[in-house]
Formats: sequence, C-alpha cells, structure tokens
Amino acid sequence: MIYWQIFKTFFKIGLFNFGGGYPMISFIQNEVVLRHGWLSNAEFTDIVAVSQMTPGPVGINMATYTGYAAADNVWGAALATFAVCLPSFIVMILIARYFLKYQNKPVVQAVFKGLRPAIIGLIAAAALVLCDGQNFIDGKSYFIFAVSFFLVLRFKLHPIPLICLAGLAGIVFY
Amino acid sequence: MKFYWQLFFIFFKIGAFTLGGGYAMLPLIEAELVNKHKWIGKKEFLDMTAMAQSAPGILAVNMAIFTGYKLRSYMGAIAATLGAVLPSFVIILLVAIFFRDFKNNPWVERIFAGIRPAVVALIAVPVFRLSRSAGITYKTIWWPVLCAVAVWWWKVSPVYIVIVAAAGGYVFCRGGKK
Repeated sequence: MIYWQIFKTFFKIGLFNFGGGYPMISFIQNEVVLRHGWLSNAEFTDIVAVSQMTPGPVGINMATYTGYAAADNVWGAALATFAVCLPSFIVMILIARYFLKYQNKPVVQAVFKGLRPAIIGLIAAAALVLCDGQNFIDGKSYFIFAVSFFLVLRFKLHPIPLICLAGLAGIVFY
Repeated sequence: MKFYWQLFFIFFKIGAFTLGGGYAMLPLIEAELVNKHKWIGKKEFLDMTAMAQSAPGILAVNMAIFTGYKLRSYMGAIAATLGAVLPSFVIILLVAIFFRDFKNNPWVERIFAGIRPAVVALIAVPVFRLSRSAGITYKTIWWPVLCAVAVWWWKVSPVYIVIVAAAGGYVFCRGGKK
C-alpha cells in the first residue's frame, strides 16, 4: 500500500531529522531515491534546486513533491507533508509541557556532542550520493561544480543567484 | 476565532515570503511575534528558538507549533502550522504537476543539466563550513567521515547514524568533561 509507505517514510524522516534542511536532504535521499526508488537521482537533484528557489521550508517542499511523485496524486503530497510534521507536533508539545529549558540539560548537550559531527557526515553523504553520471554528464559539469563551490564557499553566494547562473551556464554549454 | 486566523495568517506570511528555510525565517518570526504583536518576550523567543533547533523535524514547523501551542494550546498549534506549511505545499504542488510535463522539454533539460552540479556544490559547502564551526580536528575527523561513508557507500540508513551518534554522545560526554 503506497500510502502507508509514504506515511511511514516521512514520519521517520520527521522524527529522526536533526539539524535543519541539509541533513534532511540526506534522509529523504536515502529513503526516496535509494530505498523506494520513487525519484531518480537527477530528479531528486532538480527538486533540491526547486526547493531552494521557492519560498517555505525545504523539508516541506521536498515532502510535498516526493509524496506527489510517489502516489502520483495530491493525496500523496498531502499525506507526506502531514507525516513529516506529525513527529514535530508530538515532540514540541511534549517539550512545551514538560521539558522547558530542555536544551540546557546536560544529557541533551551530551547527545548533541555526538550528533553534530554525525550530521556533518550525513550532509557529506548526500553530496557524495549526488555525484553520479546523472548529475555529472561530462567535464563541463565538473567545471560548473568547481566554480559554484568556489563562489559559495568564498563569496557566500546565495542559492538563488547561484542556481540562476548555473541554469544559464546549462543553456550556454549544452 | 479571530485570533486563530491571525495566528494562521502570520505564519502563512512567514511561509510565503521566506526563501531558503528555517534560519531565514527566524528574524521574520521575531519581527512579527516579538516586536509587532508582543505575544512573546525577547528572552522567551531566544529560548524557544534554541529548543526548536535542538528538537527533530523542520525548524519553521517546530517554531509554529511551539508558538501556537503557547498562545492557544492545540488549536493554536494547528492553526500556526497550517499557516506555515500551506504556501510551500501549494507552490510545490503546482511545480510538481507542471514540472513533470515540462521535464522533457529540451530547454528545461539544458537548464537543469547546468543546475545539477551547482546543487551538489551547494550541499558540499556546508560540510566544510560546519566542520569548522563544530571544531572538527584531524583527530576527530574519522567520525563524520565514517558516517558519510556508511551512508554513501554501504547505504546505511541515516536513522541508524542518528541513533548511534546520540547514544555515543550520551555515553562518552555525559560526565560534562570534554
């Protein structure tokens, strides 16, 4: 049953994602591209680009698109979005009721000491999985990658102008 | 009822006008809730932000739930969350419906052939930036590298990485040393 799969997948993503939008890319990629094959690697990359350019949280954008692609209708999109928010609902209300000052507790601090480097590893994995023949078709792809990397790292170029420039490069190169 | 609409509308505005996710939203949320409506104090806002960041899930959604719940319990949380989620949902749904037909257009193909490597770069940069701010050294680099290889090469689910990392942090750093 595809709807149960969608719900389970996005509930899990919402529950275990720590650290914001970039690690979430790794979670969604692992589930949606590698495990279920709902999207190809190239399509997944396109959606990351679209999510960066449209308003709203990246996680919601990704969940909505993937849910739509997996079920091929609006209900899939709605279910995925609902499922990715549900764990937040439970956790945040528990925190609001019982664990005020939760982030100052030594246990939480200790847990985050372990989590922080792992999250960096997850983001790195997301980038590595994306380095395949679908996204890098020839030498020009590596050129675009190198220039983009330099512009973002050195000049903190914002994702939107970067993606526009890269799209322009695509028209010129291909 | 009016209050719920107001709550919904504020988060709708935040969801509709911020690009690039949670961190970009924080100043907007602060401007609306702390400075304009004065529903939340400055100090309380900072505490809420810290908690929303350290909880799992999407930061903007966490903030919406937290604020809504504080102001008007469950219904408040639902109103605020719907507001935060709805703009993205509608926009991406339209994209999904049209993009799937558009995808095979040769112009779109060329544009995305250029965009894809840039997206990879966009994801690769935070790895280096965060490594610096997290104080990763040559001695500790094996741990993020191991996590990356496990997920990339052995296709381990990130869920297990998070569980192991959290447990590891708990066991090794609990004494408050380090």
